[in-house]
Amino acid sequence: MAVRKPPITTREYWAPGHAACAGCGCAVALKLGTKAFSEAMEEKYGDPNAFAIAQATGCMEVVSAVFPYTAWKAPWVHVAFENAAAAASGVEAAWKKLGRKGKILAIGGDGGTADIGMQALSGMLERWHNVVYLMYDNEAYMNTGIQRSSSTPYGAWTTTSPPGKYSIGEDKPKKWVALIAAAHQIPYVATASVGNPYDYIRKMKKAAKVDGPAFIQVQCTCVPGWRVPPEKSIEVTRLAIETGMWPLFEIENGDFHNIKIQPPGGGAKVKREGGRVVAIEFKKPVEEYLKLQGRFKHLFKRPEAIDQLREQIKATWKVLGVDVTLPKPEE
Amino acid sequence: MPVRKVMKANEAAAWAARLAKPKVIAAFPITPSTLVPEKISEFVANGELDAEFIKVESEHSAISACVGASAAGVRTFTATASQGLALMHEILFIAAGMRLPIVVAVGNRSLSAPINIWNDWQDSISERDTGWLQFYAENNQEALDLILIAFKVAEDERVLLPAMVGFDAFILTHTVEPVEIPDQEAVDEFLGEYVPKHAYLDPAKPITQGTLAFPAHYMEARYTVWEANENAKKVIDEVFAEFEKRFGRKYQKIEEYRTDDAEIILVTMGSLAGTVKEYVDHLREKGVKVGAAKLTVYRPFPTEEVRELAKKAKVLALLEKNVTFSVGGALFQDFSRALINESEKPRIVDFILGLGGRDVTFRDLDEVMDISKRALAGEEFDEVNWIGLRKEVL
Repeated sequence: MAVRKPPITTREYWAPGHAACAGCGCAVALKLGTKAFSEAMEEKYGDPNAFAIAQATGCMEVVSAVFPYTAWKAPWVHVAFENAAAAASGVEAAWKKLGRKGKILAIGGDGGTADIGMQALSGMLERWHNVVYLMYDNEAYMNTGIQRSSSTPYGAWTTTSPPGKYSIGEDKPKKWVALIAAAHQIPYVATASVGNPYDYIRKMKKAAKVDGPAFIQVQCTCVPGWRVPPEKSIEVTRLAIETGMWPLFEIENGDFHNIKIQPPGGGAKVKREGGRVVAIEFKKPVEEYLKLQGRFKHLFKRPEAIDQLREQIKATWKVLGVDVTLPKPEE
Repeated sequence: MPVRKVMKANEAAAWAARLAKPKVIAAFPITPSTLVPEKISEFVANGELDAEFIKVESEHSAISACVGASAAGVRTFTATASQGLALMHEILFIAAGMRLPIVVAVGNRSLSAPINIWNDWQDSISERDTGWLQFYAENNQEALDLILIAFKVAEDERVLLPAMVGFDAFILTHTVEPVEIPDQEAVDEFLGEYVPKHAYLDPAKPITQGTLAFPAHYMEARYTVWEANENAKKVIDEVFAEFEKRFGRKYQKIEEYRTDDAEIILVTMGSLAGTVKEYVDHLREKGVKVGAAKLTVYRPFPTEEVRELAKKAKVLALLEKNVTFSVGGALFQDFSRALINESEKPRIVDFILGLGGRDVTFRDLDEVMDISKRALAGEEFDEVNWIGLRKEVL
């Protein structure tokens, strides 16, 4: 009888027994990400284990390394909140001197990357360390209890961006760290999502195989932070892609003129010119994404805020060189 | 064969790093220690030191990269001062808690505000509670030697703590003196290769470092840092003895100078010890019973040696280039603690002087002696005295 090959290795580096919430999208991102990394190391160096991880303080660090236990089956070090990139630089330099083949994976959340760790990230990227930086983006400081970060999307409720008489929730557009990373003209930058695991795995493998620095920003759910049911965790991130909220793109060597767009699915019509995506007509309104989450509940009483959000999404896509049409829900 | 060269303390520190053969150095420029990474980068560029030199974007990343490299299992070095050391503060605790034997050269400089690039010890003194070992050099030779010693002590399995070696801004960092550069083979024999059993990032033997600890384990982890500091006292003595045997230069946690029959002992650290020894010679010629003592090791605090020193004098005058507000200087606190339960103890007078590069002159030391003599005579005295304040500026 023919046995179907699993789509990704059965080796585990993020092992069962971690303390993440049921339905945690970021746990999925780390599990799949390390598996993809391992496959890339096997293909590039003939050794699936040829990597080490340097991780920032954050929920995924806290739930995976509670002394005297560990969920990590790869060599792993945590130093502090803002310095995963700097610590990874040190590990990479040490490996170079030890003559060890392989690659370093740095992991940080959106707070540890977009905000407090931005300087260390920029330094690591411009120094051209052979490190893949994985930013798991659950769009707020979830470890400390759902405070806004610069990666929190417009309109979202958090404990420090509460909606109220004078507030619609978070009042600034999302900061796209992937675009900042790409401005360093490093070999590879991509956004990904646990809502499209095949695309994510492909990108992680590609990032792991380049020589030099690479950056991946992967969107993943925080069940308590987004106020979504655990079983909707993957569905909601898939809807982020299908409604245009979360563009999936790749930028190589800082070439902003040749950004590769992953078609979003969900019935969206993609228009290409010379192989390049130039326009997308989305079929699913962003409301489909928003309505699943408690963090956007208040927006439905303020439709002008959702329109504002639509304008911001269009602006982001415009930076990517794509004209998008975002439908409104049918009355 | 060892060679003698005329050099600044910054160059001596770079030479010590070269001799110790760290595999990773991460550094950011800061006055007055900038020459240390500059010199090291030259050594690396010329192939005289086979190391990765990471030109980081801040001191915070410098020490973070050192932690990453040390956690990966290699010997690691950096240099900094003042605001740079302060920027490292958070990670200094982490390096000690993770038991990573990183060595940092510190060109001891004041802290802002006002911004001031000259010498005092406030930068490293402020890091006294991080768990790091602290050595203070009197001259450029000591800067070189103590860095080698610091590596040896830090990497000892009974210790496994990071260490900083302080040498005074400009007074040493930028002043040339003859320095004996030990023979590379002798240093290799003294230090050996660093092969950690506790901290490495090897895919063949994956370990998790830098975990979260609940209340059930945190306190025990902190206790091991305490214990390692206690262990370091004995290890430092052993390493000092071995260093003397191999290289002929003697070090002690507290070096005494003309303390026999002294009634007043002037206690200090760093380059000020040189001035104070001169001053003691000057007073001894006039028949004054005065001696000097220099702390070469500040952390672990040499409590036992301080108790022995205290038996020799009726007054200990502490000369400090740092301030611990509402206490005096840090040494005052440390000496008070060491002596509080002794049945016989000298009077302790604290002097704060030389902050921000203010010269400490014989005239200042005369003022120190006047107050110390009042204490010796049983008269009233202020426990904390600021020496050389310019009243007209206040």
